Amino acid sequence: MSSHSSLIESSATAQLELLMRGDLFSVELTQAYLDSIASRDANVGAFLRVEKDRALAQAASVDKRRQSNKPLGKLAGLPVAVKDVLCDQDTITTCASRMLENFRAPYDSTVVAKLKAADAILIGRTNMDEFAMGGSTENSAFQITRNPWDLERAPGGSSGGAAACVAADMAPLSIGTDTGGSIRQPAGLCGVVGLKPTYGRVSRFGLVAFASSLDQVGPLARTSQDAALLLETIAGHDLRDATSLDRPVPAYSQSVAEPLAGVRIGLVREHFAEGLDSEVASAVRDAVAVYESLGATVKEISLPHSKHAVATYYVIAPCEASSNLARYDGVHYGHRTDEAEMLEELAAERKALEAAKDEVGLSRLDSSLVRMYRKSRSEGFGAEVKRRIMLGTYALSAGYYDAYYLKALKVRRLIRQDFDEAFREVDLIAGPVTAQTAFKIGEMVDDPLSMYLVDLYTVSANLAGIPGISLPCGFDKSGLPIGLQLLAPPLEEERLLRGAHMYEQATDWHQRRPEI
Amino acid sequence: MSQLYTTVIGLEVHVQLATKSKLFCRCSTQFGAEPNTQTCSVCLGLPGSLPVMNRTAFDLSLKTAVALNCVIPKFTKWDRKQYYYPDLPKAYQISQYDLPMSSAGWLEISDEKGSFEPKRVRITRAHLEEDAGKSIHDEAAGKADSEIDLNRTGTPLLEIVSEPDLSSSAEAKAYLQELKLLLTHIGVSDCNMQEGSLRVDANINLHIDTPEGKIATPIVEIKNMNSFRAVERALDYEAPRQFRVWQETGQKIGEAPKQTRGWDDSAGVTRGQRSKEESSDYRYFPDPDLVPVLVTDDQVAEARKSLGELPADLRNRFVQEYGLSAYDASVIVNQGQGVTNYFEQVARESGDAKSACKWVTQDILRLLKDGEQEINAIGVSAANLAGMISAVNDGKLPKPRAKEAFELMLSTGSTAQQAIQELGIEQVDESALVELCRELLDKNPRVVADVQSGKVQAIGALIGQAKKLNPNVDPGRFREICLELAMESSSSE
Amino acid sequence: MAITRSDVEKVSLLARLQFSDSELDRLTGELAQIVEYVDHLSEVPTEGIEPMAHAVEVHNVFVSDEVMPSLPRDKALANAPRHNDRAFLVPPVLG
Ligand SMILES: [Zn+2]
Repeated sequence: MSSHSSLIESSATAQLELLMRGDLFSVELTQAYLDSIASRDANVGAFLRVEKDRALAQAASVDKRRQSNKPLGKLAGLPVAVKDVLCDQDTITTCASRMLENFRAPYDSTVVAKLKAADAILIGRTNMDEFAMGGSTENSAFQITRNPWDLERAPGGSSGGAAACVAADMAPLSIGTDTGGSIRQPAGLCGVVGLKPTYGRVSRFGLVAFASSLDQVGPLARTSQDAALLLETIAGHDLRDATSLDRPVPAYSQSVAEPLAGVRIGLVREHFAEGLDSEVASAVRDAVAVYESLGATVKEISLPHSKHAVATYYVIAPCEASSNLARYDGVHYGHRTDEAEMLEELAAERKALEAAKDEVGLSRLDSSLVRMYRKSRSEGFGAEVKRRIMLGTYALSAGYYDAYYLKALKVRRLIRQDFDEAFREVDLIAGPVTAQTAFKIGEMVDDPLSMYLVDLYTVSANLAGIPGISLPCGFDKSGLPIGLQLLAPPLEEERLLRGAHMYEQATDWHQRRPEI
Repeated sequence: MSQLYTTVIGLEVHVQLATKSKLFCRCSTQFGAEPNTQTCSVCLGLPGSLPVMNRTAFDLSLKTAVALNCVIPKFTKWDRKQYYYPDLPKAYQISQYDLPMSSAGWLEISDEKGSFEPKRVRITRAHLEEDAGKSIHDEAAGKADSEIDLNRTGTPLLEIVSEPDLSSSAEAKAYLQELKLLLTHIGVSDCNMQEGSLRVDANINLHIDTPEGKIATPIVEIKNMNSFRAVERALDYEAPRQFRVWQETGQKIGEAPKQTRGWDDSAGVTRGQRSKEESSDYRYFPDPDLVPVLVTDDQVAEARKSLGELPADLRNRFVQEYGLSAYDASVIVNQGQGVTNYFEQVARESGDAKSACKWVTQDILRLLKDGEQEINAIGVSAANLAGMISAVNDGKLPKPRAKEAFELMLSTGSTAQQAIQELGIEQVDESALVELCRELLDKNPRVVADVQSGKVQAIGALIGQAKKLNPNVDPGRFREICLELAMESSSSE
Repeated sequence: MAITRSDVEKVSLLARLQFSDSELDRLTGELAQIVEYVDHLSEVPTEGIEPMAHAVEVHNVFVSDEVMPSLPRDKALANAPRHNDRAFLVPPVLG
């Protein structure tokens, strides 16, 4: 039996093989990861909660059933970390928000239900930007997550915990969500594989919504083979999600190793414009050269509307978010302000206004119900969430709808049409995940717009609904990972995974490990 | 007094569709359950929950829209109407904004008593949306907490908006009655106002003729009307009130914001309601969780076929086929499908539509009104009533005793045959009847003399005696024979 | 369209959020910067382009009208900040 460190450094696929052969107990494997979490997560902060007891109990149950030759699920015995945004009735679901600090869903999200049915070991809940809004995981109400490659730096976000836990070998597989790049960007910054499926490929039922028309759940893993394994477990049609696609799920893990013969790769002219770090640019070009060496043809293409993608995204996503987050009003669940204090505050304001004979002020004074809403929400949400709610509320309010929301929906179609055009000529689009490698924690907290611009290369896939994958393609001078993004037409996750696997076979970036 | 103004009324009707489960989740829509026992993650609006549309709710909406002669667009979608209220757990209502599932329909109304001219009321649109829950407020004016019950949240509603084509409370009431008749007839809603399955809001203003031309007063929306009678009363109260206000203020439409007033049924007045702050900015946008619905011509044709005969068609047919007056046809059809079916069965089985109509519009309807009974629960089944009418027509049951037989059938549920037996009614044969007449005429020469001198009514004195001797005597026939015999004896002298 | 402090105040009520004066100042600046950035969308010609509200073209998704068990009431109320075992409680709505 291999030592702990080499065990947790092996791929999920290899671990699963050992488990299936009976050469490894799930309890052993789970304990190895729990030990890794115990020793590393104090530094990294990837997990909001480690479900130690449940994980060990699940693992013991899997081992027992395996020994008595009972049927087992697809991932039987493999630990999987879950972003704290997917409801699991056995634990709370906080979305890294004070608002839902104690919220326990009375149901399982479809993804969690599928993981449970696959006998995966749900090892813990990972940190994220509050309600998945952000690109650094700094917007978590509870803790900072650090990039395992440089603890001074952010892991990216919003699935920062999901990416960091895989990068630091604290889980072999993890589930993230991607609304504008929230799987691919942290995967890129943490040097792991992250895949955002086609919109509708994975059920959103039980995923706490940020922007419903953009949100997708997807896998993060060390390799495309492992990502394929996790994706085929969670994907599929769901009657409880009207937007889920009623299409068969290919056996991704079976086909992933087949290279794409004569694949046509598109390089987007607009991706190599100003702002792209030269080290990132050259790593991406080198990666493309690797593909050429494997028989790919490379073609420059144009996505003329891609320069409007961030603006389009920062209208649509906040509009939907402002609506999706309206339900957190402290009435039926979630944080409610201290009512006695609130009533006192109101009474004091009323008294002051009366003393000043301020009739206008009095007429505008909140009712106790309105004040309860406002205080509950203002206390429960963090700054970035409030900023986006404000932005979305403004853009949807009377007089602005056409100029912002409707306009953005039209540009969104143009962005999609650009992709449709491009995919007539190429099979995959390759490019950077982010313009820069991991940034310092705190570097951008005071500059929301530049933080939004980090999403430049990733948001288009969400707007268009197409799948995308991020995989390690090098390191910069400071030793920080660089990500390569591949994009494919709708429902071509298989092509993405095979394309990524091809590259992994020819390189060893994905085998490098941070020192923690 | 000549009209100083015309009243302009448009109605917004919400009807609960007759589904078993809610619009976007599978909770029951059963009325009257304990608070918060018919909720789930979807209708509680819990984080992560998603709506999926109930097929029956859509089908019933389509059926209604077709019955209301609406245009059915090929593409329809759902939008979020956003506002905060404790009985709205998602803080938005899933409704339809700019592309409703139907528009531009109409409903014909008329009054059998002729109080207004028949008219076609235009329907602006009918759209499918979800209901909110219920807030139970403290009676003592907002001192204690409000309780929120979400059982009703997510119940499917069809909102049917009329154009302001109604010009009196009588027309408004007729519109509501005709709408209710249609919707219950096609089975899309039970339209039970007590249980909230049918709710009405009215928009009303006045068009006033002034020396400077016709002017319109500000529109007022009236809420809290819990019966058709209340709608009628509220409108009758509101129109003159608006006229008085106009006389005082001279305010025209656009010079005052649209006001909402609540109807106080016990006081018989409308009262201004506090307008919610920035209530009009609902920030509608397409619900990204729900996908659009495409409707094909075939589906519309299918829905049309499923309607069968509508109330208006029935009225026409009853006039054509059974020779009923338009008035009688309306009276029957307006009672709803139960009575209509009952009448048709009686008419068909007895072969005597006129009598069927008379019995149904008089005796049967009185029973329905008196006991507020259901037609199916009435002791005299349609088959038995038809049998009774036939017995009268066949001479087996003397007409004057038919009522007696009917009452007996009503209380015992018996057939006409059984009732005739029970009452000891036997046909008196003609020779026995002639014998009886002779006997009585012989005993009463005075009567004979009176008849002969032209006072035929004198026979009346003998009818009672004849009845005493034989209760089965048909007084009509007895009278005829007596007259004949009396005249005979005079001519023979 | 420049966003003003009074816009931000109005929107904060619409969004049921409450901000201190300094937060309002700061937010006005941040939102103005973002709005200025997204205002560039107005330069994109979109005549005759259908809005795209959904990422995939799916239509007519229904479920059949069958009643399934609801949540037990204690579970429905379990996350409520305040309830009385039968209903959610809020401060007097008519206050
Ligand atoms: Zn429900």
